[in-house]
Amino acid sequence: MAEVQFRFRHDEAVGDPGVTVGAFGAQSNAAAVRLEPGDEARDLLPHLDRLRLIEINFPVYGDGRGYTAARVLREAGYTGELRAVGDVLVDQLAFMRRCGFDAFAPEVALDPAAAQAAFGRYPEVYQPTVDGRAPIWAKRHLAAQDG
Amino acid sequence: MGDLMYKYDTYDQAMVDARVDEFRDQVARRIAGHLTEDQFKPLRLMNGLYLQLHAYMLRVAVPYGTLSGAQMHALGDIADKYDRGYGHFTTRQNIQYNWIKLDEAPDILADLAKVEMHAIQTSGNCIRNTSSDQYAGAAADEVTDPRPYAELIRQWSTFHPEFSYLPRKFKIAVIASETDRAAMRLHDIGVKIVRNDAGELGAAFYVGGGMGRTPMIGPLVRDWVPLDQFITYAEACLRVYNRHGRRDNKYKARIKILVHELGKEEYTRQVEAEFALLLAQNIEPPLAELERIKAQFADPRFEAGLADLVDRSDPDFALWVDNNCVRHKTPGYIAVTISLKPIGGIPGDASADQMRLMAELATRYSFDELRVTHAQNIVMPHVRKDQLYDLWQQLDEAGLGTPNLDLVGDIIACPGLDYCSLANARSIPVAQKIGQRLAAKEQQIGELKLKISGCINACGHHHAGHIGILGVDRKGTENYQLLLGGCEGADTSLGQITGPGFDEDGIVDAVEKATEVYLSTRTDGERFLDTYRRIGMAPFKEALYG
Repeated sequence: MAEVQFRFRHDEAVGDPGVTVGAFGAQSNAAAVRLEPGDEARDLLPHLDRLRLIEINFPVYGDGRGYTAARVLREAGYTGELRAVGDVLVDQLAFMRRCGFDAFAPEVALDPAAAQAAFGRYPEVYQPTVDGRAPIWAKRHLAAQDG
Repeated sequence: MGDLMYKYDTYDQAMVDARVDEFRDQVARRIAGHLTEDQFKPLRLMNGLYLQLHAYMLRVAVPYGTLSGAQMHALGDIADKYDRGYGHFTTRQNIQYNWIKLDEAPDILADLAKVEMHAIQTSGNCIRNTSSDQYAGAAADEVTDPRPYAELIRQWSTFHPEFSYLPRKFKIAVIASETDRAAMRLHDIGVKIVRNDAGELGAAFYVGGGMGRTPMIGPLVRDWVPLDQFITYAEACLRVYNRHGRRDNKYKARIKILVHELGKEEYTRQVEAEFALLLAQNIEPPLAELERIKAQFADPRFEAGLADLVDRSDPDFALWVDNNCVRHKTPGYIAVTISLKPIGGIPGDASADQMRLMAELATRYSFDELRVTHAQNIVMPHVRKDQLYDLWQQLDEAGLGTPNLDLVGDIIACPGLDYCSLANARSIPVAQKIGQRLAAKEQQIGELKLKISGCINACGHHHAGHIGILGVDRKGTENYQLLLGGCEGADTSLGQITGPGFDEDGIVDAVEKATEVYLSTRTDGERFLDTYRRIGMAPFKEALYG
């Protein structure tokens, strides 16, 4: 299993490997689960309170279903660790962060300087997501109200 | 820049500038060998940079086809400085440069950023540049200017974190007229802004249209989305697609296949369920943002009381007025289409000098505004009728006065095998030969929309041509299928294949024969398409293969 290379949380990391969604139903004590692209994230919603780690796998970077899975989980109130695993590349980091991922375990370790630059590349965002950043339109109209 | 089109504020500019820096860094890493071509490919594609048959091609976004004079001027300068002195306007209302050097691509993006332009999301499996009606803001039949809604979509879709790795590319068109001039129902999402009986504006969503290997006309999934839920509804449409669109076969990955396989009712049900959940997330920009954008698309200061007449004493001019100009919503004004289809020319190409001239003339005669059309022509939307003759003389002198809008010479063609690495056959020489063969008869033939694609991806919109031509590879030789009866617009229909294909000279003959069938069969006032719809395929087949 690849190492967690970037983590934006202060709680203790869960060491358990995530069980598959299929096995999760029978494992009533498991605190970690791993979603594959075809899995339905909403199947986990009844169990969010006992989950501490959800790994979302990207077998290939171009399969973007994991972005929707991540946002759906955060929108439903999941607060545990959301870890991107698999074919995670520098140029996807910022998008993943915006969709609610707060830990990254790329299969091939990334250049730390390039990753740092990627996380901070865009000063602003156009859309609100679960990351809480104020979109440009909110800043525009806040400024208009102040002025 | 004028005050009647969207102007970047510091936020918009910061986003585009950040993109230039990012791409400059990526190109430097590639040139230094820190990135392999495989690693670099998805990055350059996100910036519209394709590796084609002979060189890099850069596709520049022209949001909803609208350009200022300064922007068009900059596009001409880029053609001179970085390309071979010309550019190619595309069926997506964008411009492509075909002879780009990799190490200069970041400089081009920097030059574009200076005039509030970019190449963001002009390729890749993401939401592409939003297209619109080329007569927006000028059309007599529009309920409102559709471009503010397209601009709202531009901002929402730019670097959208959830929808940057969709199953396949995603194209949105926005119109606001009964007459559809943007092939709206042949897009992944077509939006039509409508007015209800109470006088309020809302959005109708058509989802799952497209061309390519499996052409489909997008069904209406919702006839009224309130404007304060517009982006949220689009987000729901995209989320269902990102989650459930097919990823096992790139030819079945567009949203049209998902909508078709689920059925319109089931797709709509899933969208509505997602929409209900997303409404609680408060992701919708406030109406004040729409108002802010709308204010920037306010009408120019049209003069009242102008003579609403054109002096038609010059017959060449009168012919051009009849063919290339359309009614404007304001008396005394007219909307002008500059044909980029001279006889024997390359459809959609313009030289650097022509671009700069169009820029200068737009500033002088059209409130500093130009549009790129999906038929690969350029529009000056707001020209005074009493200045039309002056304008025409200057256009005509520069080879920009061809009077053939919507005639058989006004051919849409993709770049084809002359440039494109996906193509099976050349499109450009076929277009040139047909244009030359039928030039003498085109006024007699009247409206006939001819569209050529060099492969099944259908960038040349062949399914929607009154006459469509599809280039295929038959055992290593270029071969051309003929289709009849396609149409975009309010009465959208898809063309039918006539039968076995033709070689390059054979397809030119076949097109001519089809026009002969029409000319000998038409009744008064019938266009080619009307005759085809009345008499059907049989007489054409008889002439072609009998």
